[in-house]
Amino acid sequence: MRPFAFSRADTVQSAVGAVPGSQTSPDLATVHAPHQYVAGGTTLIDLMKLDVMRPQNVTDINALEGTSSGEIEFGSRGLHLGALVRMSAAADHADVRRNYPVLAQSLELAASAQIRNMASLGGNVLQRTRCSYFRDTSYSACNKRDPGSGCAAMDGFNRMHAILGVSDSCIASYAGDFGQALIALDAEVELAGPNGSRRIPFADLHRPLGDAPHIESTLEPGELILAFMVPSMPWAKRSLFLKIRDRQSYEFALASAAVALDIDDGRIRHARIALGGVSATPWRAREAEQKLTGRKLGDAVLSDAADAAFANAKPREHNAFKIQLGKLTLVRALNQAATMEL
Amino acid sequence: MTSSANNALGFSRRNFLTTTVASTISVTLPDRARGETTPATGTSADPGAPLNLKLRINGREHRLTLDGRTTLLDALREHAGLTGTKKGCDHGQCGACTVLVDNRRVLSCLTFATMVEERDITTIEGLARPDGTLHPMQQAFIDNDAFQCGYCTPGQIMSAVACVKEGHAESDGQIREYMSGNLCRCAAYPNIVDAIKQARPQMKEA
Repeated sequence: MRPFAFSRADTVQSAVGAVPGSQTSPDLATVHAPHQYVAGGTTLIDLMKLDVMRPQNVTDINALEGTSSGEIEFGSRGLHLGALVRMSAAADHADVRRNYPVLAQSLELAASAQIRNMASLGGNVLQRTRCSYFRDTSYSACNKRDPGSGCAAMDGFNRMHAILGVSDSCIASYAGDFGQALIALDAEVELAGPNGSRRIPFADLHRPLGDAPHIESTLEPGELILAFMVPSMPWAKRSLFLKIRDRQSYEFALASAAVALDIDDGRIRHARIALGGVSATPWRAREAEQKLTGRKLGDAVLSDAADAAFANAKPREHNAFKIQLGKLTLVRALNQAATMEL
Repeated sequence: MTSSANNALGFSRRNFLTTTVASTISVTLPDRARGETTPATGTSADPGAPLNLKLRINGREHRLTLDGRTTLLDALREHAGLTGTKKGCDHGQCGACTVLVDNRRVLSCLTFATMVEERDITTIEGLARPDGTLHPMQQAFIDNDAFQCGYCTPGQIMSAVACVKEGHAESDGQIREYMSGNLCRCAAYPNIVDAIKQARPQMKEA
């Protein structure tokens, strides 16, 4: 690991103030940004040991737990999830479990108990792909690490890689589960940065891979996630996260579905669907949602929705199985949500 | 150290290592820090400068001068002489390095030592009573033959103690799920579940 300067910030202002504003360069990979915040450290320290990340400055923001960024509040307008809240705390929170089961399940099915005690919600959504070529610097070809260097995964061992939202430059899978639940529920993100505060839809936080997969998010240099806001949605009680993987626990998804259903007398008024394990970013399946709206759930309708969700899938040599697995995962999740006893 | 109370000879590999490492530290640390300015806050604007840290481990304060890159795991093993905590993968995948920080189980390999100043760190060495009586979970691992090679055991036991305290040890299935972050290459899993079930009521009584 390379040496770095270490500082602590106990206010949002001191955190964002510590970052020089003029670091933007279109050729600089997000992962190589010289200034990094650390909360749980579960992604950052791992990737620093691998020399994938080599920050010159690390700012510890854990003291922000004492601000609203460390709190969970549930009210008539919805749910506020502070970015410094740990995964385990959010997963165990009674309001989250009761009103947004998909959020709680996406968190408790992720990682291990130890990692959930460490990892913050803000860091969780920004976690980096587990593409083994990205994580291993002995492979020189990785457009996400080094723009223009190529992609070793494209014709490599790509069983775990994405089939939705991929580009000719990168097929890395987005590894997170919580992000899928947030995008399904139309969450928003509260940000603070050297140039002030703003609020954006969670769906706009991650950039599509396109021809610049090295720029992972729409965050500006020094910008920090303060909180997530999930709108009030009484019918989100009928929601769940289904995760299919190689082993039953402590494993990334091969395919997952975050679903929420508003059903009236057997007919679907609203459906929210996000798909993980198969996608390059948090992935909302709006085409599938449209196939369900106004319909009664049945085998044909479910099959239509699943086909629509994967109509644009682009598999590579080892991951074509994810199309069928993803469809079956979605159908099972929808069936389970529809029959939930509330 | 309390392990000697359980050892008929009053001498164990662990005590031997502790003594050796501690004496090594006293020689090397002043050398390492010589001629450098060391801020007392655990922060440094100079990437190469060592940090002066105060870590509270098992109720005892340790003053250590460490490279800023030192993980809590390496601080425990290489600098505080507490080698009970094990290094498995060093990447947060195996759970062998599990310790408690403010009573929550975390991975010491993915924690910089400087991030846990002012926190209460508990390692496997801090579980037994001062008179040497083992923690119910330690005794349960022995009673249930819950290990073979023993390398993952300190992490398993720290994780198991937290698992019970969290209330996540109410059924076999729940124990397996909430202990999944601790891998055992000897596959002692069924006996680990049995050990946790034995210790659970004893911990609640205590």
